[in-house]
Amino acid sequence: MSDPMGFLLWVKGPAFDWALAIFALGMFARLVEIFMLGRQVNYAEPKGSEWGPGFKTVFTRTFADPGTFARSPFDVVLGWIWHIGFLVALLLFIPHIELFKSVLGLSWPGLPNPVVDAITAITVLGLLLALWHRLSSPVKRFISTPQDYLVWAVTFLPVLTGYLAYHRLINPYPLALGLHILTVEVFLVVFPFTKLTHVFTAFIARWYNGAIFGRKGIES
Amino acid sequence: MSQELNKVSLERGLEALRAEIDAPVAAFFSSCVRCGLCATACPFYVETGDPKYTPIRKLEPLRLVWEAEYTLWGRIKSALGLAQKVTDAMLEEWEPLLYDSCSMCARCSMVCPVGNDLQYMIRKTREGMVASGHAPEGLIGAAARAIRTGSPMGLQWKTLDVQIKHVEGSSGLTVPVDQVGADYLVLLSSMEIINFPEYLEAITKIFDHAGVSWTLSTDCFEATNAGIQIGSKDIAAELVERVVAAAAKLKVKNVISPECGHAYTAIRWEGPNLIGRSYPFRVFHIIEVLDELRASGRLKTEGKETDRLSLHDPCNLARKSGCIQEQRNLMGLVAENFVDLKEHGRYQWCCGAGGGVSSNERAEPLKLAAFKRKKAQIEEVAPERMVTMCATCRTQLEEGLEEFNMDIPVVGLTEMIADHLVEKDPA
Repeated sequence: MSDPMGFLLWVKGPAFDWALAIFALGMFARLVEIFMLGRQVNYAEPKGSEWGPGFKTVFTRTFADPGTFARSPFDVVLGWIWHIGFLVALLLFIPHIELFKSVLGLSWPGLPNPVVDAITAITVLGLLLALWHRLSSPVKRFISTPQDYLVWAVTFLPVLTGYLAYHRLINPYPLALGLHILTVEVFLVVFPFTKLTHVFTAFIARWYNGAIFGRKGIES
Repeated sequence: MSQELNKVSLERGLEALRAEIDAPVAAFFSSCVRCGLCATACPFYVETGDPKYTPIRKLEPLRLVWEAEYTLWGRIKSALGLAQKVTDAMLEEWEPLLYDSCSMCARCSMVCPVGNDLQYMIRKTREGMVASGHAPEGLIGAAARAIRTGSPMGLQWKTLDVQIKHVEGSSGLTVPVDQVGADYLVLLSSMEIINFPEYLEAITKIFDHAGVSWTLSTDCFEATNAGIQIGSKDIAAELVERVVAAAAKLKVKNVISPECGHAYTAIRWEGPNLIGRSYPFRVFHIIEVLDELRASGRLKTEGKETDRLSLHDPCNLARKSGCIQEQRNLMGLVAENFVDLKEHGRYQWCCGAGGGVSSNERAEPLKLAAFKRKKAQIEEVAPERMVTMCATCRTQLEEGLEEFNMDIPVVGLTEMIADHLVEKDPA
């Protein structure tokens, strides 16, 4: 493992398997922890339904209401930019699609490398701005915990190392690629035990929100 | 000795918090990314600029219990002695955050990008606060008076009886009391009886006009529920049971909650769950009943208000119960120059007095600070009068507008409707 090739083989092999297993089991445990708690029977006469409004809110909460947008345009736009950038780099970079194909057996069309490259650069900048905003906005700084900075770092590093590896800014290349994959593994291991769970649970939370309000006849 | 007592009450509080943690709560806490957007939805933060009023932070006691006891990593941390514990001192520090600076208006619940229903969790966290002995004096007093006398203000039937006589004298109509088999049991709020006696006269006239069969009950006239505001299911359930018993005794088909916000959400949405069974009657807010009468052509009005009127949607009625169009339909009936506030309906801003804030003397300065958001909204559209349909909102609007020397009277929608009824033929 002392040579770059050996390091790459280790991160691509046993380390990747372990990280994936911890991610999958940890996330499965969290979902079980949530759903096992259940909800109490609701005896109040409903004014509307739960399912439809629940799914509607899953979708509509992606967009800020006009008042919130006007009050926090920077938050909303920046959040959009780096989330989309992260997803594009993760899901539409052709070598990533090859990896998904080998693990899941599914594949889809990707974007040309220069496009993904530009979007990744924007994402790196977006995440740096997000960190700056967390440190400079009084509310964000006040409510932030060490976990918020940890999660920022484990999200930022895969994007950064991917960008550096693609541009051959770390040498030799097996070391660059190995570091990139290692940061992804750290991301996967940290995922189920931090707020990164929101990637999945935000949809559950939105559904409950829409359902709770929907039952009372309000679109939320 | 007192330390021992604190330990017992803290454990009682933690137990109450545990009992409140359900799948939505776990999903909500799993999803918070500390973006802080909830702060921009909160009148208490917006008008003070103090980050400690960020809504999600008010839920820290509940979040700590959830993390330590309901998540794998939290349990590992607890086993290793690394988890942060909820202490009595922490609950004491959080008491003003959960009561004085939150009107449970649920605006943050509408805005949170991951979909957290923060108001749902504030309501639950207050259960733990009461159980651990950390509720504000003002609310403890109101809840105790409600249990003892039936009214959070200690008002008794004889006071209402004087008003009934007065209404009967000035209207020439009879106010039905204890009428078995009436269609509607009408509830009132003490604040309404004391501050806005015109409400009782208004519904007496409207129901006579529309031929609605209704009654008051000497067993139970109070609609408000101090148990919900303080966050005690036991107290809240006892107060709901009194309404249910009165409705059963008079065999009514429907119960009408008055121009009060929380009374409606208490009896309409929480009540059946507090007592663990469905009601044998239906529950309506007076505005829903009036709009139904309008839609079925039973409200005949004449003339319209000509001055510029705007509307304050009570949070409990609009955002928390979906009554948004009804009040606008009724305004259309009697107002020709109506203008909505810019953010209204489900995105309206709270007056600042709900959720028990108005019963909590300690919260006075914050209550007035939060009102500044409403004031700014009102200034934007510059109405000559404001209309609303909640006695607490109305009192807060009147006091707040007066404080800022704004000459804008506030009227109740029900009485405005009553003022425009077509006179019946004497025959």
